[in-house]
Amino acid sequence: MRLRLEARPEPSRLMGILSPLLAAALTIVAGFVLFSALGKNPLQAFYTFFIYPIRDINGLTEMLLKASPLMLIGIGLACGYRANVWNIGAEGQLILGAIFASGVALAYHGSESRLVLPAMFVAGAVGGMLWAAIPAFLRVRFNTNEILVSLMLVYVASFLLSWLVHEPWRDPEGFNFPQSKQFTDSALYPILIEGTRLNVGFLIALVAVALGYVFLNRSFLGFQLQVAGLAGAAAKYAGFRASRMVWLGMLVGGACAGIAGMGEVAGPIGQLLPSVSPGYGFAAIIVAFVGRLHPIGIMLASLLMSLLYLGGEAAQMGLNLPSAITGLFQGMLLFFLLGSDVFINYRIKSARAVPVPAPKMAAT
Amino acid sequence: MDNIIPILAAAIAAGTPLVFAALGELVTEKSGVLNLGVEGMMLVGAIAGFATAATTGNLWLGALAGMAAGAAMASIFALLTLNLMANQVASGLALTLFGVGLSAFIGKPFESVSLIKGGTFDIPLLSQIPLLGPVLFRQHVLVYVSWLVFGGVCWFLYRSRAGLVLRSIGESPDSAHAIGYPVIRIRWLATLFGGAMAGLGGAHLSEFYAPMWVEGMVAGRGWIALALVVFATWRPARVMLGAYLFGGVTIAQFFAQGAGIDVTAQLLSALPYLATIVVLVIISRNVNTIRLNSPVSLGRSYRPD
Repeated sequence: MRLRLEARPEPSRLMGILSPLLAAALTIVAGFVLFSALGKNPLQAFYTFFIYPIRDINGLTEMLLKASPLMLIGIGLACGYRANVWNIGAEGQLILGAIFASGVALAYHGSESRLVLPAMFVAGAVGGMLWAAIPAFLRVRFNTNEILVSLMLVYVASFLLSWLVHEPWRDPEGFNFPQSKQFTDSALYPILIEGTRLNVGFLIALVAVALGYVFLNRSFLGFQLQVAGLAGAAAKYAGFRASRMVWLGMLVGGACAGIAGMGEVAGPIGQLLPSVSPGYGFAAIIVAFVGRLHPIGIMLASLLMSLLYLGGEAAQMGLNLPSAITGLFQGMLLFFLLGSDVFINYRIKSARAVPVPAPKMAAT
Repeated sequence: MDNIIPILAAAIAAGTPLVFAALGELVTEKSGVLNLGVEGMMLVGAIAGFATAATTGNLWLGALAGMAAGAAMASIFALLTLNLMANQVASGLALTLFGVGLSAFIGKPFESVSLIKGGTFDIPLLSQIPLLGPVLFRQHVLVYVSWLVFGGVCWFLYRSRAGLVLRSIGESPDSAHAIGYPVIRIRWLATLFGGAMAGLGGAHLSEFYAPMWVEGMVAGRGWIALALVVFATWRPARVMLGAYLFGGVTIAQFFAQGAGIDVTAQLLSALPYLATIVVLVIISRNVNTIRLNSPVSLGRSYRPD
């Protein structure tokens, strides 16, 4: 029996919600197959990967800590993606946010002022926005593909960061390691739960989810973004300026990524290092898609992706597998989602159910 | 003058992975399929080639493995976008993210493995020509292979009937389908070719150019290859030119250091990426350049009904 796809009269809302769940389930099944193929007991491996990391309060807070930047960036990217503005350089915008925030922290090193942290926050957002403004400007002014430009700028940002920690901002008492001075308390996010690393950054991410919901689903600007993405011609006809959508989509994404970068140096890292993120900017692309570009979905997806990071670390220690397995799972999740999404617009029919067409006439 | 020969020769060697990847992507895009997963396919091709060469001791087997791995990656993309109607931009991004993870995972045990050096071949007589000889004809064998691929792609696209069909599908899949050409099957083949070439480019990088495996070693070359196709306005000859120019930019840092020019290393490393942005701006400044040259159906799903 051959199966064929048949277009649905209109997209299925149910499948829109079910498809990410189906993708998550398929990822787990594929994980079982993968673990077995690697000669591990799949049940034990599954436990090590998905349960063990969050078995206690420490693990749970670590999950929330890693989910925070993913949530924040995912919301920002969703603003662009809804308008078909493909910002895939969030990793670079995150790095710039970290750099700008560190600039403030180092300039006021040792200061007790309460203004240091808010200033870092603003600087981080500005840094991310500046970096995102480059592809936005080039797209609007010169029609340059924002995918390639934003991605190229990730590499440029990482070289800029590398230069800063090797040359001007290197800690003179740091035994020649490429790293800045450690930030003082006034430049660090307050801890939320004593004894863990969970900090105020998590609350900021939650606020971003709430603001993102209001902006994307309840505001006229958010509506314009959506229309621009779904039907460019209609948006033009309605008088929504396309260039404005590009600017908006890119800058919101840049600001969120910059704030996430600030949250890393003011949070778990506490100084500027040659690497400030394990690829949150790229993982957040998956978060945005798996979360259906909807703030609530993004929040849930960021928890799942964060768990994949923790699972990778646990797999390295407990199963003797490279922690790079995280990236493998992240990629599979997105593949399965894109595959499952076919059922939003199509349904499966067996080819036999199709009435046999009349003998073909010669085409004229 | 003595300096110029090694610089040009090195620029060609450095540009060769780009030649493979960009020519492959060119053929894919000519059929109307935009595969943004070149970086991921190159990475998986690089580790597959390196791992095979390191295990079997045969560099050529490694190159074949790289091609096969690239094509296998491309088949995931083809299944998603051509059969399941998934968005090409999102699927290409997914392919790259997946490739980054997969190659890092497979590559872990190979990080400190070294390969036998091999593959350079001086073409008799031609390599004796002054200036041109040392620049062009004392290269790795895969460099000569890349020229064959270039010739083959030019002939296929512009001189063969199948190439004409492929281009017509890229321009108007509806008309091609109406005439009776198998749109999906030809797009599948074009996508597989793109994957195989990206994989070969990756394998060339890890087996011959580097030769070693470092996580993420493709370092954006897949994205630069994508930019090259735009820069070349979908013409193979310009792809070659662009690839060697970028090869030259990539190696600028080594020669600047050698010549004692004091420029920050990080700035020089960032040059290829900055140059990519600059050429993209120049080429896309005029909206019509892109509109007239890009395949009309590029990036759009097609479903024959």
